[in-house]
Amino acid sequence: MTVLALRGVSKSFGPIEVLHGVDLALEPGEVHALIGENGAGKSTIMKILGGFLDPTAGEIVLDGQPVRFASGPEAEAQGIVVIHQEFNLAPDLSVAANIFLGREIGRIRIDHAAMRARTQALLDRLHSPIPPGTPIRDLSVPDRQMVEIAKALSRNARVLIMDEPSAVLTHREVGTLYEQIDRLRAEGVAILYCSHRLDEVAHLADRITVLRDGSVVRQALRGELTEDGMAAAMVGRELQDFYPPKGNPSDQPALEVENLTVPGRVHGVSLRLRKGEVLGIAGLVGSGRTELAEGIVGLLPATGDIRVEGRAVAIRDLRDAFAAGLAYLTEDRKEAGLLLNKGLRENLTLATLERFGNWRLDTGAEDAALDRATQDFDIRAPSREMVAGKLSGGNQQKLLLAKTMLPYPQIIIIDEPTRGIDVGTKQQIYAFIRKLADEGRSLIVISSEMTEVIGLADRVLVMREGRLAGQVEGDAMTEDNIVRLAMGVAGEAA
Amino acid sequence: MKMDLHTLGPLVALIALVILGALLNPAFLAPANITNVLARSAFIGMIAVGMTFVITAGGLDLSVGSMAAFLAGITIIAMNAALPGMGENWGTILIGMGVAIAGGIAAGYLNGALITKARIEPFIVTLGTMGIFRSLVTWLADGGTLSLEYGLRTLYRPVYYGGIGWITWPIIVFALVALAGEWIMRHSRFGRHVEAIGSNDRVARYSAIDVNRVRLLTYVLLGLLVGLAVVLYVPRLGSASGSTGVLWELEAIAAVIIGGTALKGGTGRVWGTVVGVLILSLIDNILNLADLVSPYLNGAIQGVIIVLAVVLQREKRTADER
Repeated sequence: MTVLALRGVSKSFGPIEVLHGVDLALEPGEVHALIGENGAGKSTIMKILGGFLDPTAGEIVLDGQPVRFASGPEAEAQGIVVIHQEFNLAPDLSVAANIFLGREIGRIRIDHAAMRARTQALLDRLHSPIPPGTPIRDLSVPDRQMVEIAKALSRNARVLIMDEPSAVLTHREVGTLYEQIDRLRAEGVAILYCSHRLDEVAHLADRITVLRDGSVVRQALRGELTEDGMAAAMVGRELQDFYPPKGNPSDQPALEVENLTVPGRVHGVSLRLRKGEVLGIAGLVGSGRTELAEGIVGLLPATGDIRVEGRAVAIRDLRDAFAAGLAYLTEDRKEAGLLLNKGLRENLTLATLERFGNWRLDTGAEDAALDRATQDFDIRAPSREMVAGKLSGGNQQKLLLAKTMLPYPQIIIIDEPTRGIDVGTKQQIYAFIRKLADEGRSLIVISSEMTEVIGLADRVLVMREGRLAGQVEGDAMTEDNIVRLAMGVAGEAA
Repeated sequence: MKMDLHTLGPLVALIALVILGALLNPAFLAPANITNVLARSAFIGMIAVGMTFVITAGGLDLSVGSMAAFLAGITIIAMNAALPGMGENWGTILIGMGVAIAGGIAAGYLNGALITKARIEPFIVTLGTMGIFRSLVTWLADGGTLSLEYGLRTLYRPVYYGGIGWITWPIIVFALVALAGEWIMRHSRFGRHVEAIGSNDRVARYSAIDVNRVRLLTYVLLGLLVGLAVVLYVPRLGSASGSTGVLWELEAIAAVIIGGTALKGGTGRVWGTVVGVLILSLIDNILNLADLVSPYLNGAIQGVIIVLAVVLQREKRTADER
């Protein structure tokens, strides 16, 4: 019955064993969730299943027969398809051309019509309205994911391995993803689903495998594990008070924004951030949350009035924002936050180099700053000479937070503070954010994770189509109320 | 950072070339020959140091060879024009030097402004200015040669041929430029910003770096160094024509690449560039001294070296990824 299984699989890199005798079985028509903190061995397992890595010991069993895949394409030929977090699509080619990339129909002349028709059939099967001729670069992120799923189907996928598919999606788009997964499950596809979002694991998974430090610590069927139970199994202890206690913001205004407009993206938004407050901003992706933040700090051209502690400031670019005591932590850690091929020190001080000299940078002082940052933000790096790209996602985020805090800003805007990082690190970052607020700084936290905004913020503003749709506070801070505002659904608050 | 074989590769190649040269012809190590090789390297060398900054910041400049010819042309015209009023003295030559340096800065600014302000690809902009500068100098020389007046030429000559003992002025200036360049790339804020922009300009922008200003400055720095090279080049022949500085841009880019600076930017190695320049001129010199291979094959051998250097760099990258 089992399609694909691992039996006693271990994997070592050099002298270090990272997987210890893992057993895992994927059944057709079943969603199997694989959860664990960063570094627990999830990606190693995915790579072994997908044919990108060989196990050091143990065996891979396909349809009851032990197999060895020489490469990813060889596993794919057997119907085992991996959908990576970073999509494998050529942006300038059409949807159809991408789906048939490397397996084009036709010999000398490519049969575009047949490829489009086959693509259309695949997309129809997924109930997706994407036209097959559209270039990938014109598609939204969830549509691109849909193309990846269609591509997997076109390879007659029997096993689909999905690495955090919902990390790039908003609340509504996640709903569409769930529908697709239900459909694939009904068609008898075996799905391995890796995710950091425990709520969706509880919702989707028929079977759950929990990894910790390279070993399977728990396997459970649907309904046997609560979200708290999963989190406890992952970190190996009870997680108490996942979110820090709320604070006591003062009445003094730290930041006042009046009528901020970013042409085409944000329309006349006004907000008031109090000293010591953590203000949440929720809304769908595309609702203008990031653009609002980037408009405030001068990364996007914007009009409107900004006052910091009651004084009007003119912010034309990020340097003006820094001078006014503002800082912004981007949601795009890898493309806008850190230089992945540079060292920790270079990354930490990049935005504040003028404090370390001009013609002769004081590397001693930079090293001291790095020492302080590693301590303050608990950055765990095996070596301080390593490049930032080799850090785990959680440690990259901590490094980025340290970099953002280096100019001692009083007002910090954090866009997606915990995207793609594990539960333990999430909790740490929440604690850092609350501590900063308790020390009298003021923070705006933008997040797509509803529970995060509610758990962390003192007050939540909801954006919709570039405008403020409303504000929720105190007991009214519920998922239901926020979703209603974000979607523009009329009706009384529950 | 540890020094691995890949980083030291160019240096090893240079040492091997020196040993090879000494074995093939004893005259190779004679001071006169060494001075000759170094002085000839100096022009391309200074330009290549500037090119290292441009490439590290993710840019490219194809116009430097034509720019050098054009600057040499206007320098000679300026000095000849000043001669009747100023007379045959160092004042006139200083005017010429000033024209070369100011012209270099202006030409670099032009390239940089078109790239950063008009947002045109560096390849396109400098392909355009390459043609413009080349055509202007040919036009100024009316298809022939612009020559410095005889008296001025005699006065100016020692700037190329003179020096301290065996070491001539071009070598001294090149050494100073290389040392300053290495320091700036490695220890200054500007150098760090240049590397950050070449590595990922979005990260640089989100780190409050004035990306356009830094990028523009790399082109201005390169223009300044082209001007400096011209100041030392004009006294060598005392003339300029449409064929002055032909292919200098490619030699300078080749030296940067051989030295281990990535063409896509992000990592700059000024000392590597210096080694790259020396490798290129040593190959030329050895072929001229030894009769093993025809000197006409110089270009072919240089080509092989360039491709080989890039292959070695790529192996380093895949080794890193593992």
